[in-house]
Amino acid sequence: MENYYGKKEKNMIVPDPIVNIIDLILYYGKIKALKGIHLDIAKKKITSFIGPSGCGKSTLIRCLNRMNDLVEGVKIEGTVKIDGEDIYAPAVDVTELRRRVGMVFQKPNPFPKSIYENVVYGPRVQGIHKKSALDEICEKALKKAALWDEVKDRLRVSALDLSGGQQQRICIARAIAVEPEIILLDEPCSALDPIATAKIEDMLVELKTDYTVIIVTHNMQQAARISEFTGFFMHGELVEFDVTTEIFTNPHEKQTEDYITGRFG
Amino acid sequence: MKKFLRTGNPYIWLTACALTISMLMVGGLVALITMKGLGIFWPHTIVKFTLQDGTVVLGEIEKEEPIPQKKGMYRTKLKVGNRDVYGMDFRWIDNTDIISREYPLYALTFERREWGNMYGFLKGLKQDGDIQPLNLKELAPLREESKALLKRIRYIERKVIGKINYQMEKYRLALKHLMTQQYSVKAQEDIEEVKAKVENLEKTYREKEDMLAGLYAQAKEKEIIVLLADGKEKNIPVFNIIRVYAPNEMGVFAKIGFYLMKLWEFVSTEPREANTEGGIFPAIFGTVMMVFIMSIAVVPFGVLTAVYLREYADDNIVARLIRISVSNLAGVPSIVFGVFGLGFFIYFVGGNIDKVFFSESLPAPTFGTGGILWASLTLALLTVPVVVVATEEGLSAVPKSVREGSYALGATKFETLWKVVIPQATPGILTGTILAMARAAGEVAPLMLTGVVKLAPSLPVDQYFPYIHFERKFMHLGFHIYDVGFQSPNVEAAIPMVYTTTLVLLFIVLVLNLTAIVMRNKLRKRYRTTAL
Repeated sequence: MENYYGKKEKNMIVPDPIVNIIDLILYYGKIKALKGIHLDIAKKKITSFIGPSGCGKSTLIRCLNRMNDLVEGVKIEGTVKIDGEDIYAPAVDVTELRRRVGMVFQKPNPFPKSIYENVVYGPRVQGIHKKSALDEICEKALKKAALWDEVKDRLRVSALDLSGGQQQRICIARAIAVEPEIILLDEPCSALDPIATAKIEDMLVELKTDYTVIIVTHNMQQAARISEFTGFFMHGELVEFDVTTEIFTNPHEKQTEDYITGRFG
Repeated sequence: MKKFLRTGNPYIWLTACALTISMLMVGGLVALITMKGLGIFWPHTIVKFTLQDGTVVLGEIEKEEPIPQKKGMYRTKLKVGNRDVYGMDFRWIDNTDIISREYPLYALTFERREWGNMYGFLKGLKQDGDIQPLNLKELAPLREESKALLKRIRYIERKVIGKINYQMEKYRLALKHLMTQQYSVKAQEDIEEVKAKVENLEKTYREKEDMLAGLYAQAKEKEIIVLLADGKEKNIPVFNIIRVYAPNEMGVFAKIGFYLMKLWEFVSTEPREANTEGGIFPAIFGTVMMVFIMSIAVVPFGVLTAVYLREYADDNIVARLIRISVSNLAGVPSIVFGVFGLGFFIYFVGGNIDKVFFSESLPAPTFGTGGILWASLTLALLTVPVVVVATEEGLSAVPKSVREGSYALGATKFETLWKVVIPQATPGILTGTILAMARAAGEVAPLMLTGVVKLAPSLPVDQYFPYIHFERKFMHLGFHIYDVGFQSPNVEAAIPMVYTTTLVLLFIVLVLNLTAIVMRNKLRKRYRTTAL
């Protein structure tokens, strides 16, 4: 397979990119957490970010829906474009951006409400109040999250009564319910057992037909199993970005090879 | 020894001892109040002592104690009642003076509308100068008669004359208002009209008053003659008797029935005889109503303050200063809040309300004097720190992940707060409310400056528009305890009432708290954070 990786530019040309990250630098106070990231992300594909803890991969995806705005002392330089629009431009409505770029977190964080209320929270915030419309959205989102059959008879039960894996899928359904273009997942399976993880992986592969999925993971097998593209990060830098099979079978950088063969990290 | 100290065991013992002592103190306090408070309704046996000097006394044994410095000798405190005859309720008797001790079956306790209890034997009935013998059974229909009479008198006093007074006051204000208007024929006519109405009312008032005087005279017509222990006779109008019973004759079940009836009377009726007899219903009502008004005022205010402090304000020196000041407010002596309530709420706010809305009745103040609203607001200020601190804790306990989840779905900060964070903080808010309510129910000092009275003529809620009278003075259990125990004309006889009233206050605080705790636990279950 052809290698897209440009030695100097560190910028692979991916087909049909939806996100362009150009020279992104991020400071936590005085610490430089991202040191000039240059990256494009393909539309309706799964892209995974791997790397040791503290390498900046979570920080990077939190830049894509501006969740870092909520953290004190964060300063960002560079450009992030989604559909060609700079999302850090002053005119951008952050809540609208977050509707377009959904996010699922490391630990399942359902609201202490019923399953139904969790899923329709986003649409409600958007101003949809018609019962029939909300019912439809709820069913669709739960089906996409492969949870409908398990919970359809107990939509009024508290989401906190579900198992961890189900809770995480509720969170995914909740994100899908607002019809985003991109779904960001920040180590979504790290708190789950292998069976729940397998279910979520199957679901993510399904989701690819409609959404662009970006997943941060510690689990290299997971990245290898589900993603088309993989980026390897270290010390706030993108070391290597390539087609997944290429990264895992034929890495170009020494650091990447060391990491995936388990010599460190 | 050093090794032993290092194990830490002595410290465990020390802490355990401290805990035990505090528990004992709290338990002892409650036990003492319960024992002393619940005892007073039990019908006490009447004892008849014949003393060495030949006097005979009749009464209830209050207590018996050893005489200091005289070994093996005791003296008895006897409640002899009959304050109108003997001048005092109690008498100390050395046990060595007692020759005989009897429990006469037909000794009666008379509960009276004035002068406290009377102990004696029923001798006869005096009616229109005639005297005829009478027994306890024959007294019952007479008592029914006087009860009906009392009901009529009360009806005329409260409802009829109350209504006349209410209307008179309205016309008086209308007249005052008309007088201030510019002279015109129309105004003159109106004034005449109102004056005529007032005259009419005054006429009915006089009629009713005459009627009342007649009824009162009728009430005095029938008197019973009571034979006292020392052979004296005493007449009491049947109307003045509230209850007659022969405790020495009663069985256990009769006593229990009597006890429950007295207990019910205590919590459901109004006080008599300068608060030393009768019930405490107005005080219970005032306390509960005040606590509710206070909660309605303090909870929204405290929660909004806490939300701003915790969620919106930058964590800078000003915010920290405010937070420290708010916490320190909880330590300010409560009388200081009373003074503030008097100066700000009553004189400033109330005075200005009077000037704008009730100018006709000035210089008599409406809101410019103590009242239940001002007392409640003063207590709300006093308890605001409690609510603020508890709410802040509740807010900070809501995990960041849940907030981020909401933001990630495109919710604004306000939506996140309103829909996710505050609902999840409600257990904390309720904890604050519980503490505030408990504190407010027991606070007395600030109330004395802002509207509590010894005896309120009417409840703050009645059938006249606007039904809830926030400007009215009210009675309060805490103040009632102080008043009965230390300000009443007959402190010694009223002491048991102090304990009983305290018990009721404790009970109310307990009920209010339990309600809030049950609510909180339900919500906690609902809003518990993620299991993982």
